[in-house]
Amino acid sequence: MSVQALFFAAYRDLLGTKGLAVDLPAGATVADLVAELRGRGAPFDALPAEPAVAVNRTYAHSSEALHAGDEVAFIPPVAGG
Amino acid sequence: MIHAAVVHDPIAHEDVLSRVGAEQDGAVLLFLGVVRDHADGRPVSGMRYESYEEMATPVLREIAEEAAGRIGSDRVAVVHRVGELDIGEVSVAIAVSSPHRAEAYDASRYVIEEIKKRLPVWKKEHYVDGTQEWVAGTVPPVREPASATRENAR
Repeated sequence: MSVQALFFAAYRDLLGTKGLAVDLPAGATVADLVAELRGRGAPFDALPAEPAVAVNRTYAHSSEALHAGDEVAFIPPVAGG
Repeated sequence: MIHAAVVHDPIAHEDVLSRVGAEQDGAVLLFLGVVRDHADGRPVSGMRYESYEEMATPVLREIAEEAAGRIGSDRVAVVHRVGELDIGEVSVAIAVSSPHRAEAYDASRYVIEEIKKRLPVWKKEHYVDGTQEWVAGTVPPVREPASATRENAR
């Protein structure tokens, strides 16, 4: 299955991309997606091992299962206000 | 009426204020977050705010609704701006009205504190020396998965 990973602010600057499609085995979790990306080596390995993530615009735990077409946003520490 | 919006244009705080107020309200409170000219002793020339807009708008509304729920009022308005801001420009405006002042202060404070904890917005400071940096932020809290919550509830 394919999910859409999105990167904002410092993560986008780090990776040089706003987002990319990632193929994962069925049943993969948020943690699996993070591991797949970090396993690609530099610069992806500079992502935190447990980043804050939102699945389809809601904050999600690393154990949450993903589904085909999910939008998975990597959320750097927030600094609004 | 609860109002929450993420905007790109300058915030007219009178417009935010005009969204609250009612005949039973004796307290009307406006909070403005403003870009200041320094950070940790470094002179700042401006700030760039960025958001995950499709998520920031609903999260901001959720925060406003929670604040309103705390005080039993529906007169809460919050507007957050993104884009390039100069020193002195308003980045966030929060207006609350309630029958008495304590509730208005409580709700206003709740909105700004929750924005800082979980609104998907980031800011990059531009320093007078020409450099720029993302401001160190707060890791948003993530609830336990729903399945685990159901498990615990048994």
